[in-house]
Amino acid sequence: MSQYVSMGESRKAAPFWRDERVLKVLAQIAFVVLVFAAGAWALSNYRERELAFSFSFLDEEASFHLAEGIEFSPTDSYARAFLVGVVNTIRVASLGIVFATLVGLVTGIARLSDNWLVSRIASVYIEIVRNTPLLVQLFFLYFAVILKLPNIREPLVWPGPIFLSNRGVAVPALRTTASFGSWWPFLIVALIGAGILLILRGRGIEHTGRPNFNLLWVGVPLVVIPALGWLLISGDPLWLDLPEMTSKSGGVLKIEGGTELSSEFTALLVGLVIYTGAFIAEVVRAGIMSVPKGQTEAARAQGFTGGQVLRLIVLPQALRVIIPPLISQYLNLTKNSSLAIGIGFLDLYAVSATMLNQSGRVVEVFMMIMASYLSMSLTISLIMNVVNRRIQIVER
Amino acid sequence: MTVQSEVLKPPRTEVGLLGWLKKNLFSTWYNILLTFLSIAFIYVVLRAILTWVLRDARWEVVTTNFQVFMIGRYPIKELWRVLVSLGIVVLLAVLTWIFRKAEGPVRRWLVIGWLLSLPLIGILLRGFSRESTFLPQVSEDVWSGLMLTLILAVVGIVASFPLGVVLALGRRSELPVIKVLCTVYIEMIRGVPLISVLFMSQLMLPLFLPPELRLSTVMRALTGMTLFSAAYTAENVRGGLASIPRGQYEAARAVGLNEVLVMILIVLPQALRAVIPAIVGQFISLFKDTTLVAIVGLLDLLGIAKSVVGQQEFIGLHKEVYAFAAVIFFIFCYILSYASRRLEQALGVGER
Repeated sequence: MSQYVSMGESRKAAPFWRDERVLKVLAQIAFVVLVFAAGAWALSNYRERELAFSFSFLDEEASFHLAEGIEFSPTDSYARAFLVGVVNTIRVASLGIVFATLVGLVTGIARLSDNWLVSRIASVYIEIVRNTPLLVQLFFLYFAVILKLPNIREPLVWPGPIFLSNRGVAVPALRTTASFGSWWPFLIVALIGAGILLILRGRGIEHTGRPNFNLLWVGVPLVVIPALGWLLISGDPLWLDLPEMTSKSGGVLKIEGGTELSSEFTALLVGLVIYTGAFIAEVVRAGIMSVPKGQTEAARAQGFTGGQVLRLIVLPQALRVIIPPLISQYLNLTKNSSLAIGIGFLDLYAVSATMLNQSGRVVEVFMMIMASYLSMSLTISLIMNVVNRRIQIVER
Repeated sequence: MTVQSEVLKPPRTEVGLLGWLKKNLFSTWYNILLTFLSIAFIYVVLRAILTWVLRDARWEVVTTNFQVFMIGRYPIKELWRVLVSLGIVVLLAVLTWIFRKAEGPVRRWLVIGWLLSLPLIGILLRGFSRESTFLPQVSEDVWSGLMLTLILAVVGIVASFPLGVVLALGRRSELPVIKVLCTVYIEMIRGVPLISVLFMSQLMLPLFLPPELRLSTVMRALTGMTLFSAAYTAENVRGGLASIPRGQYEAARAVGLNEVLVMILIVLPQALRAVIPAIVGQFISLFKDTTLVAIVGLLDLLGIAKSVVGQQEFIGLHKEVYAFAAVIFFIFCYILSYASRRLEQALGVGER
């Protein structure tokens, strides 16, 4: 009997080293102490090297050249150099996201095609690209394809005014003129007009269950008002700058006009699009396959056409599955753009590496790299999460 | 009842080769169009590839440098050590294949064999001291080629595994401090590119270590890969932990196990089994990502390829060299992803 009693007593007053609540607090304290000790040890090692920690070097003269992106001269500051890198990364990543989505969407649908050959071609592309490293693909594209293109004096002429050479790609550019200032208000008015029509149409659908006019009517103000403005003001507000082969004095041929994309930029963009496109294709395929076949069949039975089934039934449901992995593909693409340094494109990372070599401020520059990538990742996540919330169907 | 109706054969255009062709290639007018376009596309692409591979390519750059691609600067005199290591792996793989259905002690011995093989191969490849006659030291810095690629990937995934499990448990912990610190680590690493982590381990890590502790370039790269990979392992393991039903915890607690034992005996074994396919997937991407060490100056398969392209007699043969590297990566990754799919079926993950 006494045994039981003593057990009861010991339960009442458990020694503190066996009390779960105490243990939990102790575990956290121990963990924090451990992390701090490791940190302090690392810091003391760093201090021994007597390296100053400050960001003041950012105002100093960078004294190196950057051949890509917004204007930069060697007398500009390190901060400006970093900005050049950030802008270049954003440029390649945003274009990459747009094109990779297109490639992925087309390939993903092709992969599910009824046509055996089309789906085979798509799956061969996906398998090859997904099973080789991106850096190898980039090296191949840059060193073995783009740098082996003909010299700038005899470029390949793509159908249309596009010139390919080992110096890069020259493409047409849309440029504004002095009269653009008096033209853009027309654009705003056109957008407002189209918006009002869209709202009116939405109201009609709400009231009667069917639109009271065709969607095409919304496009009318978008076309008519800017065209009216174009006629009313003097001089064209926009012009298309086409690249052209011109022979300068001495018979040297030169490409003039248009926008020239450097070979590094082209290689990186194409490489990222091909690589991420294959991954997005798999995401799209999985999304579409997640919609039960019965949904398609039921829709067909109700008389929807093939296009309507895809647009109204399958895609809205597939998108719910597609968006979350798509976000992580976009994030991957942004992070993978740092491989630019392998082929000499001056992205955020490559510029930072140069800054690091010049200034020797290892820790500071790495903090800036981390902060930039983290803020880009967060921005993409935020935007896509908003999209995701709009698309999610409210479930019962 | 007894009337025998004649069973008609299906029309010839609906079955067999003809039926297949009609169904898959020529069902509608746009399908027919697509088929012809595809055939034209395949013809053009295949012809270009085949004429290059069979006629124009100068493959002697690969054949003369084959050994360089495989083991790089590893001393030829010590080549047998690489071959023996390879032999151990192949032997274990074959044994695993033979006894794949076996249960009990055989299986346990295989696991022990695999676990022992790693340090064994490590010792074999690295050797003891510089002076010793038996297995003289081959410093990590001369490890290169495909060998280095494989070592980086395998060590990266194996070393990151325990760290990843701890991080995953930390992130799911009820203790706020531990949870926050683990989450911050995981999200920080996942938010930045691998190349920046690799550079950090090359340049920043030495600054935070005592000057007398000098790590070789390969060791620093391995540290970087491990720290990076651990964050991804942690997320995979966390997924596995989340898939274990709550009843398992409750039942184990009701039986009288404390929280630590519940984790070790009940939850982790089930969770880790569920994440095996995800870990294989992670291994594939880590294997591909090892190429990034070429940027920080290591001579992995891609780094070797870069230096081979610079050889005087083979100048400008980028296509051949990089195509060869790509094919090697493709073979490994394709086999691995095939194995991972088989494994997924065998484990029945997601089917229960």
